[in-house]
Amino acid sequence: MSESSTASPPPTADTTSPTILALRDVRAAYGSIEVLHGITIEVPTGSVVALLGPNGAGKTTTISVASGLMPVTGGALEIAGQDVTGVGATELARAGVCTVPEGRGVFPNLTITENLLMASYTGVERNEIRDLAFARFPRLAERRDQLAGTLSGGEQQMLAMARALSTDPVILMLDELSMGLAPKIVGQLYEQVAAIAADGVSVLVVEQFARSVLGVADHAVVMAHGTVQWSGAANDLDEDLLTSTYLGGP
Amino acid sequence: MQQLIAYTIIGLTTGAIYAVAASGLVVTYTTSGIFNFAHGATGMLAAFTYWQFRYAWGWPAPLALLLVLGVIAPLFGALVERVVLRNLRDTAEVVKVTVTVGLTVAMIGLATWLWPPANRERFKGFFDGNSVEIFGVNVSWHKLIAFGCAIAVAVGLRLVLYKTRLGIAMRAAVDDRNLAELNGARPGFASMVAWAGSASLAGLAGILLAAEVGLNIVPLTLLVVSAYSAAIVGRLRSLPWTFVGALILGLLEAYTLWANGSSWFPREIGGFSTSGLRGALPTIFLFVVLIALPQARLRAGAVRIRERAVVPSWSMSLLGTGLLIAFVASLVGLLTRANTLQLSNGLVLAIAALSLVPLTGYAGQLSLAPLTFAGLGAVIMAKLPWNGSVLALLVTVAIVAAIGALVALPALRLQGIYLALATGAFAIMVTVLIFNQSNVFTNGAVDVPPLQIPGLDLADPAQKAIFLSVAFSALALVVVTVRRSRLGRRMVAMKDSPLAGATVGMNLTGTKLAAFALSAGIAAFAGALNTGKVTADLYSFDQSLPLVLLVVVGGVSAISGALFGGVLLGANALLATIVPTLSNVTKVLPGLAGISLGRNPDGAVPQIEENFAPVGRHLPSIVIAIAGAVVLRLLTGLGVIGNWSFAVGLAVWVLAVVPNLPALLAGSAELGRRFAVGMGLLGVMGVAAGLDWATLLNASGWRLLMIVVIVAVAGPAARSALDTTVRTPAVSPDLIGIDRPFTPAEILEAERAVGAVR
Repeated sequence: MSESSTASPPPTADTTSPTILALRDVRAAYGSIEVLHGITIEVPTGSVVALLGPNGAGKTTTISVASGLMPVTGGALEIAGQDVTGVGATELARAGVCTVPEGRGVFPNLTITENLLMASYTGVERNEIRDLAFARFPRLAERRDQLAGTLSGGEQQMLAMARALSTDPVILMLDELSMGLAPKIVGQLYEQVAAIAADGVSVLVVEQFARSVLGVADHAVVMAHGTVQWSGAANDLDEDLLTSTYLGGP
Repeated sequence: MQQLIAYTIIGLTTGAIYAVAASGLVVTYTTSGIFNFAHGATGMLAAFTYWQFRYAWGWPAPLALLLVLGVIAPLFGALVERVVLRNLRDTAEVVKVTVTVGLTVAMIGLATWLWPPANRERFKGFFDGNSVEIFGVNVSWHKLIAFGCAIAVAVGLRLVLYKTRLGIAMRAAVDDRNLAELNGARPGFASMVAWAGSASLAGLAGILLAAEVGLNIVPLTLLVVSAYSAAIVGRLRSLPWTFVGALILGLLEAYTLWANGSSWFPREIGGFSTSGLRGALPTIFLFVVLIALPQARLRAGAVRIRERAVVPSWSMSLLGTGLLIAFVASLVGLLTRANTLQLSNGLVLAIAALSLVPLTGYAGQLSLAPLTFAGLGAVIMAKLPWNGSVLALLVTVAIVAAIGALVALPALRLQGIYLALATGAFAIMVTVLIFNQSNVFTNGAVDVPPLQIPGLDLADPAQKAIFLSVAFSALALVVVTVRRSRLGRRMVAMKDSPLAGATVGMNLTGTKLAAFALSAGIAAFAGALNTGKVTADLYSFDQSLPLVLLVVVGGVSAISGALFGGVLLGANALLATIVPTLSNVTKVLPGLAGISLGRNPDGAVPQIEENFAPVGRHLPSIVIAIAGAVVLRLLTGLGVIGNWSFAVGLAVWVLAVVPNLPALLAGSAELGRRFAVGMGLLGVMGVAAGLDWATLLNASGWRLLMIVVIVAVAGPAARSALDTTVRTPAVSPDLIGIDRPFTPAEILEAERAVGAVR
């Protein structure tokens, strides 16, 4: 059974494990249509991994599976060496798996303060969350009682990031951080990613456009058609390979 | 001055009770996005339960209150959320509304079953007889308590929803459920708590109100209309505005009451008595507030693929209507006079149900007033000077169609739930202000003359039944014509995406008006053709609800769905007369059918097909299924089991056991589990066929009910025990073809679906 309530919650993650997140031969499907055909991805502890690939490659589905929102139909999911296959999103989130989903991960009808308060399920004190978030993004402090839905796209992404960063995650997963944002703002957001990575947090970043993320990534994984096409050190990533993947090459 | 103060206090008290009720509505809407139509019925049931404890059994008031508001109501609310509403995520608005309407109908049925009309001990207010003097006016403690409750609820809700993490999580889950989970919240739990609290608030309002207006089912259920009006002032979200709305409505009602008793107030306007004005006030208020709402912006929603309606073909339509007429014509000879009249009644309801097909099924506009338009048709047909003639029929239909368009005008800007409420308000307004007038329905009844057609005698029940089947068929073909025309395509386009329709230059206003006029016109036929002495309560608002329910259950996008709904409602009434033991059950049945929609929003027929499909593909299952039936028949033939045991056994075998056979014999569940389930089903069969039902239960009604209960429990239980599939999210249409190229069969199917090939 894949029901989240029936699975036991994972114990607190052991951050000394060499691999913080691992998907092993994972398959996933929407109804009868399989979209992940057995992918294996590893995120070494303390590193930044960039997950790249064209539209429809299965990147967002990968994040959904890794965050527990979507059940796997085959393979295994491991967090810090523990098998957490079939554990629900709520339990994974409480164990420190922090996900910022595609397209502004904020609650539009809650104020900024209330949005931040939602992070307190991970066990961090609500005051601490607020202080951390407002210190990192002073703009949010100015608008703390404003509804998140009335913020600009960049500000919303800041809020989503602030929420994620202040929970002291075991692993941070960011889906399409740059989508629909001005390059300058994307740059600022990636500065924050680099800063949190420097603090030792492991990060998995999904991007369609490689340039913005490769500056901060240690490793890269290229996906297409629901399979992993290439993986290795970010510096070794071949521009030609990436281009041909995007253009639907072999 | 004294009077002003007195009526102000009355108004504020009523307003306070409305506020408590309305805040419960706001809580469920903001936390689950579902507009709970059954809120008033929950309060009504709570008030009756409290009466039972406090007055029938004489328990002390604090204990009774604690039990009702602290235990029973919250448990009920949580149960409703868990069992019914949790399945409604991602379903169409029509389905959501229909399910809560189903709850309402079932609860009203339950209350009339458990507490039939009788002289009961008076429902007293709290601390009855005690009062204090405020500005020279005596105010009962009960009123003060009601006011105190409203303030406590206001403050309490504000704190819970805005200051606690659970409250914020409740609101967060409405915005984005997945994101709430990614934050570590439990949206399911939060939503259950919200429904439990809301049921408790409904109960409090119900008990407070019952002491003021008395313990009556319908007025207490309609408390919800007043609560809606108040909640809509707050746009179903803002609690402060909801309270303002509730107080304004309470004061308006009190002052109307005052004015009604004053000498300067006109007793009648233009021959119409004004006595119903106060009763209609909440609905008038609701109508006005709805119309004053700022227009919702058109939104590009996700394309839904759950409801897939096939465009009716001419050959199928002609065949179907021909069969219907032939069936009715051959049936009437066999029926008694009374049953023929019941059949006609069912056909009339089917015509009224047909009026929902273009409006709700094609154009996606939910109306809760089909029988109101039918009632208008009946009244106009009866009052026209040349009534009974074909000309009068056409004039009637034209007038009602015009009224339908007129009602649609203010409703044009409304969508979804707001529109449904506006039509509901219209239905109650017409019932209270027009149908209840003594000069409209004289002594509660109006005589609709039979239609005069040369060569036919439509006063004869048999001819009338056949004629009605012809009328239904003709109107059905009109609906088919519309669906296949430009207007029909526009209607469907408007339902699928108003925004896309507007961007290609479609006239949304005209399309909506046409849909309403067409629907009202068809409903008028139902009223005008339902000849004889008809009473006003036939066309009241609470009669429309079960009709809407059963049509949606049957499938509102198909003409057969309308026939199914109308005839089923007629058959339900028939069942109550044939099997008197079931008459109480029939009160609850339509409601239960509506609730079942929540379990399976696609309607009953596809579900049945889906259950039996695996059996047809598995030869051993077919063999065992037939063998089992033969064994049962043999046992009956040998006199081992009685006829009733055969009936119960066969029904349980076919409906509960056979669909599970393939999974039992060759399923993917582990052997031990399959063995255990098999043994369990065998035991159920033993009970069903082994017990002697003929002596065990003394009425066939109870035996039928027993069959339903056993089938409903054993079948699904076995299925879920054998189910090992991983629940994956539903297929989005844009994913089809992503994992492999299209097969020729899929390409053909897609081309058929868009009508490119036959």
